[in-house]
Amino acid sequence: MEQIPIHKVGEFLLVSVQVDMHDRQALILQNDLTTQVVKTRAKGVLIDISTVDIVDSFIGRMLGNMASITRVLGANVVVVGMQPAVAITIVELGLSLTNIHTALNVDKGMALLKTLVNKSTNEGRHEPFEK
Amino acid sequence: MTANSSSRVAEIFTRYEQPILEDWLREQLAALTARQDLISEADLRRQSADLLALFIPACRVGSFTDITTPEWKSLLDFLAGASRSRALQGFSPSETATVVFSLKQPLFTRLRQEFSANAEALADELWNATVLLDKLGLYTTEVFQKSREEIIKRQQEEMLDLSTPVVKLWEGVLAVPLVGALDSARSRLVMENILQSIISTGSSMAIIDITGVPNVDTQVAQHLLNTVLAAKLMGAQCIISGIRPEIALAMVHLGVEFGDVVTKATLADALAYAFLKIGIVVTITAPHL
Repeated sequence: MEQIPIHKVGEFLLVSVQVDMHDRQALILQNDLTTQVVKTRAKGVLIDISTVDIVDSFIGRMLGNMASITRVLGANVVVVGMQPAVAITIVELGLSLTNIHTALNVDKGMALLKTLVNKSTNEGRHEPFEK
Repeated sequence: MTANSSSRVAEIFTRYEQPILEDWLREQLAALTARQDLISEADLRRQSADLLALFIPACRVGSFTDITTPEWKSLLDFLAGASRSRALQGFSPSETATVVFSLKQPLFTRLRQEFSANAEALADELWNATVLLDKLGLYTTEVFQKSREEIIKRQQEEMLDLSTPVVKLWEGVLAVPLVGALDSARSRLVMENILQSIISTGSSMAIIDITGVPNVDTQVAQHLLNTVLAAKLMGAQCIISGIRPEIALAMVHLGVEFGDVVTKATLADALAYAFLKIGIVVTITAPHL
């Protein structure tokens, strides 16, 4: 089972999920990501799921969990490139995932992450929810 | 008995093919006086002659009580083709079935001449012929109806496609003007169209305009809300615009809520909001006239 790579880009981490994740793979990714965020003291995490076609309730929840965990560790999370079918599935499964930030592509995600990080730095504390 | 009678009818057909065809054509033309604009006499003649040419050999070998056997296949295919084209041309079902039913008169006349001495045989033959022609007539009606249903289905699909256009208002701003009632099937299509367009155009704002939606109940609101949530997951923001005063009133009475989705009264307001969000400033350079 291939491992999902986590790249360090400046002060951010870039996770590029290029396969339809198994449950175990998702759990491993969650562990890796947590460790990496602590180790690199990253300020933001970008999860690119543009090549993921299938998502079930477990993977959907894992995405939400990863976002929550990362936020507890003081970093912002942006999920980018979700496919229409995946978005419809998640909505129909009733997984609100309202607590995660999203963007259309990596470029826009990076920009959003930068503004989010700036904002939390300026406020002197971490502000995960944007109302 | 059946085999015998079928051969007798076939025999009569073979012997009187030409006069039967003439009588039959006359019958059909009389029945279709008002429909001469849809089919020409020459076409009708050719069609009838072809039909008769297929009918006679089938009569000779096929059973009169069961038209599902392979002997009748070519005749049934021909009838199906004729009914289908008539359905497309706008004939009524009875006009289509008349093609077959009007064969009765000429056939029965010949049968009466042939069996004038034997009343019992005549009755038998008439019964057999009636059973067969009724079956064929009903078959044409069935095919006719099926073709009409296909046409209706196709038109419905075309209407669905037509009714959910996604237009690009500006770089990064999409608009979806919805017209007509929103049911589950349509909302699903609208949802897929919007999401697909968001991906293909890379737009981060989408305006759903519901000016043309006659009423918004809890179900429609739920559909719209799902679309907005799905778009948000993909990284785009949706604005719902075109909420007429009476709709707003009805929504509040029903307790319909759009949550924290941005709603605007007009498409113009929504566009202004979208511009604000993506940082576009519109300046008026010409003074108002």
